[in-house]
Amino acid sequence: MRAFIPNYQLTTPSSLAEALALLNGEPGVWKPFAGGTDLMVLLEAGKLPHHNYVNIWGLKELRGIEVTDSHVTLGALTTYTEVQSHPVLQNEFPMLCQAASETGGLAIQNRGTIGGNIVNASPAADSPPALLAYDAEIELISTDGSRWLPYSGFHTGYKQMLIGPTELLARVRMSRNTRGATHYYRKVGTRKAQAISKVCLAALAKLDNDQISDCRIALGSVAPIVVRCVQTEDVLRGQKPDIDTIKSACAALSQEISPIDDIRSTADYRLQVARNLLTDFLSTLA
Amino acid sequence: MLITFNVNNESRTVDVFPMARLLDVLREQLHLTGTKEGCGEGECGACTVVLDGQIVNSCLVPVAQVNGSEIKTIEGVAHQDQLHAVQQAFIDHGGAQCGICTPGMVLAAVDLLNRIPQPSETEIRNGLAGNLCRCTGYMKIFESVVRAYQK
Repeated sequence: MRAFIPNYQLTTPSSLAEALALLNGEPGVWKPFAGGTDLMVLLEAGKLPHHNYVNIWGLKELRGIEVTDSHVTLGALTTYTEVQSHPVLQNEFPMLCQAASETGGLAIQNRGTIGGNIVNASPAADSPPALLAYDAEIELISTDGSRWLPYSGFHTGYKQMLIGPTELLARVRMSRNTRGATHYYRKVGTRKAQAISKVCLAALAKLDNDQISDCRIALGSVAPIVVRCVQTEDVLRGQKPDIDTIKSACAALSQEISPIDDIRSTADYRLQVARNLLTDFLSTLA
Repeated sequence: MLITFNVNNESRTVDVFPMARLLDVLREQLHLTGTKEGCGEGECGACTVVLDGQIVNSCLVPVAQVNGSEIKTIEGVAHQDQLHAVQQAFIDHGGAQCGICTPGMVLAAVDLLNRIPQPSETEIRNGLAGNLCRCTGYMKIFESVVRAYQK
């Protein structure tokens, strides 16, 4: 049943400093509200538990994509549409662009943000597998200052993450070290647009003398959080991508993920598709 | 709270709760009932409007976020009595049946042709992918969009 709208507050600060002061003044009372593509769905279903929100959508300080020699840094409010049209992201971080293009439809992509996709903390989110495979780092800010931390490890359990009640996710950055890598992103869902994934795999690898040197693999919808599969990566590093390696990697992957039965798919199907995607990825390296 | 925004080139001020859906404010306070509600959760695109030059699902936009914005609804697509080429093509080629998806579909198509005047088949499919139709089977809509840009 629809939520009772008068019960909800959505206040619009005039600056980032004002937004942070609001979060700091009453810790836990106010939560940030960006493009609304997840929160408004909960509102309509009468399942939006929190009632006081800070409207950060208009804060210019959280927008924009900055490119330096070493990094690409995205403001947390960067939309999926902005991600897809950025030339450096297209060239060097194609999995992130593909994730953005396969999230919802165009109307969602115009409102949905990278920061929102991270802190909404859905295990089925589309951009986090790509961000994990690119070793992204995130910046959390508060009235006390700023701290950068690896995105890997940020999610600690279903909808649990290492962010304090007075902190705001401000930026996401990735190292420009993907030259020469093979990028593989595949989202499996019931339909190309609008569907939430059954399984999603993002993987990146570099070869040195036909052997896998750098390798990063992340999956969505197969565990309580989007997971980086470090044990599978360990199995692959230093190996040639042949049939024996693929078998070993699939065995390691099976131990590393914990898919469940739910409304979108079954544990068995997800496990098989995860193995198939990993096999497909490794086959492209051979 | 009072919110002022521009709808179809007319400045409007409404007294609203900040979390009210833009969809409801358009339909119930401004009586612009051309914008339809389908799913209410961003899946179907029936509530599509153009917000500051980009299509959005108005069911997912809290009205507090449109203060000072420019909005175009289906009522603002035709130029007085002159239908937009997309609207005329939908009529001529059977792109509309029951009509619930049509306003959103037309706005998504107009937005597509504004961005890409001669879209490929893939671009048309991507441009309309967020708009569901349960009557036409999509082919008539697809054909209407092609005919609209050929005019």
